[in-house]
Amino acid sequence: MPNWSVILNIAKTHLLTKIKQTVTAALGVTFGIGAYITLVSFMTGLNGMLDDLILNQTPHIHIYNEIEPSKNQPIDLYDEFKNSFNVVHSIKPKLSQRKIHNAFPIIDYLKEDENVRGAIPQIKTQIFYIAGSIELGGNLTGIYPLEEAKLFNFKDYIIKGSPEALQNANNGILLGSGIAKKMSLDIGDRIQISTIKGHIFPLRIVGIYQSGIADLDAIQSFVNLKTVQRILGEAENYATDINVKLHDIDIAFDMSKKIEKQFHVKAVDINTANAQFETGTTIRNLITYAVSITLLIVAGFGIYNILNMLIYEKMNDIAILKATGFSGKDVQLIFMSQAIIIGIAGGILGLLIGFIFTSIISTIPFATDALPTIETYPINFNVWFYVIGIVFAMISTFFAGYLPSQKAKKIDPVQIIRGQ
Amino acid sequence: MSIVLAAKNINKYFKKPVRFHVLKDISFKIEKGEFSSIMGKSGCGKSTLLYILSTMDTDYEGELYLNDELVTGDSREKLSYIRNKHIGFVFQFHYLLSEFSVLENVMLPAKKLAERTLKEIEHNAILQLKTLNIEHLARKKASQISGGEKQRVAIARALINNPSIIMGDEPTGNLDSYNSDNVFNIFKQLSDEKGLSLLVVTHDEDFAKRTDRIITMEDGSIIS
Repeated sequence: MPNWSVILNIAKTHLLTKIKQTVTAALGVTFGIGAYITLVSFMTGLNGMLDDLILNQTPHIHIYNEIEPSKNQPIDLYDEFKNSFNVVHSIKPKLSQRKIHNAFPIIDYLKEDENVRGAIPQIKTQIFYIAGSIELGGNLTGIYPLEEAKLFNFKDYIIKGSPEALQNANNGILLGSGIAKKMSLDIGDRIQISTIKGHIFPLRIVGIYQSGIADLDAIQSFVNLKTVQRILGEAENYATDINVKLHDIDIAFDMSKKIEKQFHVKAVDINTANAQFETGTTIRNLITYAVSITLLIVAGFGIYNILNMLIYEKMNDIAILKATGFSGKDVQLIFMSQAIIIGIAGGILGLLIGFIFTSIISTIPFATDALPTIETYPINFNVWFYVIGIVFAMISTFFAGYLPSQKAKKIDPVQIIRGQ
Repeated sequence: MSIVLAAKNINKYFKKPVRFHVLKDISFKIEKGEFSSIMGKSGCGKSTLLYILSTMDTDYEGELYLNDELVTGDSREKLSYIRNKHIGFVFQFHYLLSEFSVLENVMLPAKKLAERTLKEIEHNAILQLKTLNIEHLARKKASQISGGEKQRVAIARALINNPSIIMGDEPTGNLDSYNSDNVFNIFKQLSDEKGLSLLVVTHDEDFAKRTDRIITMEDGSIIS
């Protein structure tokens, strides 16, 4: 049964009398942990931001009608050619309606599903923005603004105005920032749009939209679903797209296949649509952890080195401790506790420095057109990073202290005392 | 008289660089309250014997009894405990922990034993320092006191757990005649007044002559 108060007292005295070495060793850990916290918070913050960029505004499953050639060509109907190899040249896409058949019953059905967080309809159509004699081509999307804001962080991309303003305005339009700039328009102004069929509608600008993708912002605008239906002269059950958000993104693929089969529509899941983004996240995380672990291993070697030197200096002390009744295990514990104390002290200081660093970074302005909501560098203040950091500091110092302390345990006091 | 320490047929070999028979069939007993010294030329094996008797060296043949109990073959943990409780050590070189105060050095073995409270230990330690006339050094760092003082601190440390026997490896070897005398007188006093057993390895003939019993060694054997 080791006598902890004595052991810790000796360890403390050793550490305090060699304060310079202690501080050097602890600073190694501090640097490692501090860099780890800074790196991992910054990198995951950035990752999160980039993920949000895609995830937030992208539906997990996008349902629409694709214009494509029909899978069964007329020749397939002839029995005579059934066993032949048929080649059909210049196939034309089949004329099908843009409208999703029974869109609203499908939405109701999807909302019943417990895996679905929400499903909302959209109407996408081409229009012209009219400025005097100039007609600018553009896209108009009819939405439920409040539901879009709730499910797809739509609010983040409205730089002026609000989803509520659009919801309440019957003839309101959320204008893309690119067009607004081109046409020198701002909130409260009026704009005329023309459908492809040539009908002209006046709309009032209730907000400015900016996605961060300049090409998109130069054409894209939003209005209420009902407004589009009126502009296009369509019925109230008209919808061209359904966006689905799930609770668990991993089932998106299976779910999309199921929907395709069940409703005879095109359903694309987010992973298929954005395959590259997950690869990027994984590799960035990998780099972060590789660099952090390298830093901590370097710190571990520093501790190993200093403890080794300390044990050589303390040979006489070790011999006298053993001669007066301290067992090898006691001596080992003395040096192990020194390593652990260095690890904890350096680790906590490292956490603190990491926190201060990330706090400073999180106040540095980071303005980018791509992300209108981001004003400073994104930092992920996750408590788990701090837990992992201190645990890693203790594990690495434990191993760095174990080998030298094992040596101290085995020192034969007789050899030291005789050697004098 | 009860026997404090008994060695029976102890043989020891050095294996490196060549096999060498250092201790040849050594048997002797030390009674309670006896002040004995071991004399002999350099290399006769007297220090080697002392380290075996002190239980620090376990690589030997034969049997060693402490207070009529066999200690040969005990585990290292057990031997540490025996050293802590029953054996006090005084070395030629003072071997204090130089970063600790004199008082802490004296208290350390008792803290390890942990049979008494910290207060009692401190009280005892100061008492020991007082009997050795060095209580004024209690708060000083062990590295800041003179050689003779260090040796007295080492004696105080050896006494702190009321051991059955005190062993000394040339405790006066590094001291001038004044301090040697001083240390001898302390030992003598402990032996006479407190009935403490002492076993001291020494080169110093004057020192040895004044002890109760001289064990003379030559070439690994006891000759008288």
